[in-house]
Amino acid sequence: MKDLIKRLTETFGPAGSEGPIRELIRKEVEPYVDEIKVDALGNLICLKKGTGGGKKVILDAHMDEIGVIVTHIDENGFLRFSNIGGVSPVVALGQRVYFENGTFGVIGSEKLDDIKDLKLDKLFIDIGATSLEEAAKKVKVGDMAAFYQPAIDLGNRMVAKAMDDRIGCAVVIEALKRLKQTQHDIYAVFAAQEEVGLRGARVAAYGIDPDVGIAFDVTRTGDTPKAHTMEVSLGKGAAIKVKDMSLICHPGLRNYLVKLAEDNDIPYQMEVLERGGTDSGAIQLTRAGVPAGVISIPSRYIHSPSEMVDLGDVEACVKLCVAACESPLDF
Amino acid sequence: MDLRTLTSLSGVSGNENEVRSAIIKQLESMGIDYECDVMGNVIAKQGNQGPKVMIDAHMDEVGLVITHIEKNGFLRFARVGGIDPRVLVSKRVLVGKDKIPGVIGAKAIHLQERDERSRVIPIDQLFIDIGAESREQAQGKVKPGDYVVFDTEYEELAPGIIKAKALDDRVGCALLLEILKQDWQDVQVYAVFSVQEEIGLRGARVAAFAVEPDMGIALEGTVCADIPGTDKEFQATRLGKGAALSIMDRGSIPNRAMLDQLIKIAESEGIAYQFREATSGGNDAGAIQQAKAGCPVVSVSVPCRYIHTPCSIMSMSDFEAARKLVIKFLESVEGGFRP
Repeated sequence: MKDLIKRLTETFGPAGSEGPIRELIRKEVEPYVDEIKVDALGNLICLKKGTGGGKKVILDAHMDEIGVIVTHIDENGFLRFSNIGGVSPVVALGQRVYFENGTFGVIGSEKLDDIKDLKLDKLFIDIGATSLEEAAKKVKVGDMAAFYQPAIDLGNRMVAKAMDDRIGCAVVIEALKRLKQTQHDIYAVFAAQEEVGLRGARVAAYGIDPDVGIAFDVTRTGDTPKAHTMEVSLGKGAAIKVKDMSLICHPGLRNYLVKLAEDNDIPYQMEVLERGGTDSGAIQLTRAGVPAGVISIPSRYIHSPSEMVDLGDVEACVKLCVAACESPLDF
Repeated sequence: MDLRTLTSLSGVSGNENEVRSAIIKQLESMGIDYECDVMGNVIAKQGNQGPKVMIDAHMDEVGLVITHIEKNGFLRFARVGGIDPRVLVSKRVLVGKDKIPGVIGAKAIHLQERDERSRVIPIDQLFIDIGAESREQAQGKVKPGDYVVFDTEYEELAPGIIKAKALDDRVGCALLLEILKQDWQDVQVYAVFSVQEEIGLRGARVAAFAVEPDMGIALEGTVCADIPGTDKEFQATRLGKGAALSIMDRGSIPNRAMLDQLIKIAESEGIAYQFREATSGGNDAGAIQQAKAGCPVVSVSVPCRYIHTPCSIMSMSDFEAARKLVIKFLESVEGGFRP
């Protein structure tokens, strides 16, 4: 599992440029599913057929990550950029980024008289080029870059870029591997473009027309020094979402997941996320509506290049996912 | 239909009738089949085989709507779409179907307090003066709910440099009509002249649901700030430097294969192009991409300085580049290219 998490988080895939991460996940899940397709937005949709009599269930984890997009190359070869998804200038300054073709760069800043003036448009990427011509050989306007950070193993915890939401991908992949038999048609959706507005999941769900949708995504925690108050902690189990800004989870499904966790001795905690949204928000509003829920993996320092998760929580999420797939889902 | 005619029509979001009628007339004279849907979108179709390509240009423009008539005959208004309040004061406008001329008024500089001079007058303190002396007199000419457009004359400021209102997005409508002159056979062109883009991509959303295209192209008049005081990296596009290709905006990320195809064609055909070097704003491509099970999209734009104001400026050379590029692209997808 650690190896899988390392490979997933270290693979390139900002929203809209999910090619490399999609191929990695495809190889990983191929032996465990019956059908695989890639749709118009680049979602990877993997069907594991049920034995019959069950429901159409979406297990969603988004494979895209936050990043930056080049908007301008100046005469000296410096790149101006914009954010893909939620990128804080405070977090971005001093980071290393890399492009799909292997070009590396570092993020520098104009001279600021006041640190409060630190905005993304004061920052630039330096790829070591000395002219526009030299830079243009490696990068063009519209190219996307991801933050560069190798994953670190801290024992029972891991730190990496793009845990949001490669850890969700890891949970769904591992669940597909462990899932022996289910009555349900399981559609594992590795969604594109979540970070820019749940765009992949919205169209994937329309195409699938599911009976139930469960997303697997990271959630914040309130367990660090002087953190914003939040009743989710690293290491206390799978977080069963009640609500966030994108949806109020279907109460029947939510309570059903709680009961599954209790019946199977899976550690869990309830999650109320005050900010942020997840793909289930898009899935819920598909067509005439879909009962949707979220199993969250608690994570610290979300949208930084060093997002931390607890492997005990990850294991709890996998178990809860498998238990849900093996259950009748008759909430 | 030329840009002079198209930009002279009134078509504030929700009130696109004048534009729609003119476009329908044009389509009929060209012998092109079309439908009009419940939102007011005009959907024209050419070609019976090959991939379904939805090409969208929105008919609506930003403007104002009358909310109240004061006792003394002045008109209060609200904005429809994104308009900077700083561009409104002392502009000439046309109110309602009968195009009653008026002026957006404010206190003269002589009468302003010192602090008034340094701040923007909020919308709710602005009014339109149509020369009426009383509510009764005004009511004879206008009523609440009437739409208001800027009163701007179309002019060619220099050879090929056009000044007009509503270039966003009548320039797209003009492009789309040009594209339909090609009489497409081996690609199913769904030309959508859409409504209500400026208030949330509402027309394109339902049109795309009905069309269910294999791919979408938004034709736009887009931001251009190659003006004094704006550093190169914040100019977004440059007048006269060719068709502008979007790299990402708030509504969509273009499909890479389609974008690469456009670039390849522009380079091999010697068509001038530039990237839209900004990610702010959004257009109908965002709604088209999200319809039903989704489809790949791109946006091709004509740079327009000062959009969403009474006067915008564009270059016919960019128009020509965009026209050629989209036509060559459509030729390349004939017969079934799937991005």
